[in-house]
Amino acid sequence: MTTRFELAPAPHARALVGVPLVMRRVLYALTPAAITYTWFFGWGLSINFGVAAVSALLSEGAVLRLRGRKTRVELNDGSALVTAALLSFGLPPLVPAWVPALGSVVAIVVAKQLFGGLGKNLFNPAMVGYVFLLVSFPVEMTQWIPPRMGDIDYMHLTFLGQLEYSFLGRLPNAIDIDTLTRATPLDIVKEGLRSAHSFAQLRGGSLFGDFGGRGWEWVANVIAVGGLYLLYTGTIRWQIPVALLAGLLVPATAFYVLDSDHYAAPGFHLFSGASMLGAFFIATDPVSAAASDRGRLIYGACIGLLTYAIRTWGGYPDGIAFSVLLMNAAVPLIDRYTRPRVYGQR
Amino acid sequence: MGELLLIVLAAALVNNLVLVQFLGLCPAIGASRRLEGAVGMALATGLVLTTASGLSFLVERFLLQPFELQYLKLLAFIVVIGVSLQIWELLLRRLAPLLSRLLGVYVPLLASNCALLGVVLLNSGASRSFVAALFYAAGAALGFGLALALLAGLRDRLRHADVPLPFRGAAIVFVTAGILSLAFLGFAGFARL
Repeated sequence: MTTRFELAPAPHARALVGVPLVMRRVLYALTPAAITYTWFFGWGLSINFGVAAVSALLSEGAVLRLRGRKTRVELNDGSALVTAALLSFGLPPLVPAWVPALGSVVAIVVAKQLFGGLGKNLFNPAMVGYVFLLVSFPVEMTQWIPPRMGDIDYMHLTFLGQLEYSFLGRLPNAIDIDTLTRATPLDIVKEGLRSAHSFAQLRGGSLFGDFGGRGWEWVANVIAVGGLYLLYTGTIRWQIPVALLAGLLVPATAFYVLDSDHYAAPGFHLFSGASMLGAFFIATDPVSAAASDRGRLIYGACIGLLTYAIRTWGGYPDGIAFSVLLMNAAVPLIDRYTRPRVYGQR
Repeated sequence: MGELLLIVLAAALVNNLVLVQFLGLCPAIGASRRLEGAVGMALATGLVLTTASGLSFLVERFLLQPFELQYLKLLAFIVVIGVSLQIWELLLRRLAPLLSRLLGVYVPLLASNCALLGVVLLNSGASRSFVAALFYAAGAALGFGLALALLAGLRDRLRHADVPLPFRGAAIVFVTAGILSLAFLGFAGFARL
């Protein structure tokens, strides 16, 4: 919203930071990660983002039109694009086009506009869309393809091939979808540890790199660099990312030190799944996160702890999305009990 | 001990009364306007629920089963719940007037709380032992309180939100509860009961 309040006569220094600038910075920060992702996993991300963005903008425009709001101002602030980008980062690269489209509609209409639009949403819209998809369409949401790296055998899909699968639901040369997809490292570790394999044994698999999955860990690195850019520009504060990563690392290290056979290494947790994306881009959403510095530390640490618990003992391979939503729900209570002391008050 | 802890965890989070089993929605929506009310309701539910679970176990084991009267289970449990409500109301009024004034409104309200009968029937259906039934009831009440406290906090925020006209009031509360129940699905698989 670029409404200007030029009322007072005194010389005021005006900060040029507004919602559109913040949203643009987030999109800039995600760009290198998107390029890395495309390098390892093909064009799926771009297609998903395109579909998600169009569907997000259309559904937001429709709601704003229904409510008789100024569509131009609210559509141009870029928040719908950020939601679409975060949602498409969470999706597997190879999904039918209706998946990102539906996820965007749920994210924008149910999680954001029903609560009154940007600044009023209680839950992170992208995560509501993602969890909705994960719970409702588990088959489509778990078809991950392996990274394109030298010795991992994979089928190469061209941009047109991806488009064909996305929109028409068929693969070129009648390849079966099961020959393309593979379990993700998080899945492999979860299932493997349950069936009495040791972590060191699982880690020898061809999909595993230095810390997390090969390819995946590089995307995580670049996401972290984007996050540092956000920190540098002052778009986000350090409390949430630091607390979240610490909340994930501390139990991971403790359990790994106690029993390195049955628990995954701390580095694996840090560079797998959505840890980095969650720490820098998802949990830091200024609307649905806690407001005070102390509150942010609690909020971030609890997301990290819950994520570790869900990954280790829960039914889902990754827990960032669920933990963010759970802590979003706890934010009003956190804010209530971490209200900063008024200056001069005892 | 570990197993009992697991029962509490399962009852509070994995099978949360309000958000996963959709029981006791009326008091959840009704009593979550303010945090204080939510806490009062949760405390009252905890007291009555645990007592009713223990009593219904005794009634089923020593009254219904010996005489093969299981077909009267539903009726018997409703009576047991009514009795435990009455016991707590009397006890609180005599022994802890202050607490009674605090919880006073909520205890009689529990008579129409389907979560009570729900938990008692769940316990009987899973044929839990006396101690396990007590712990399950306490865990369920804990989860009920958690859901109510979270909802109360969120509704406090909703008061200032610019919700579209058709969704004001109970509708947006149900949408919020729905999203919260999506989030609670993340606990699935923590403990199987």
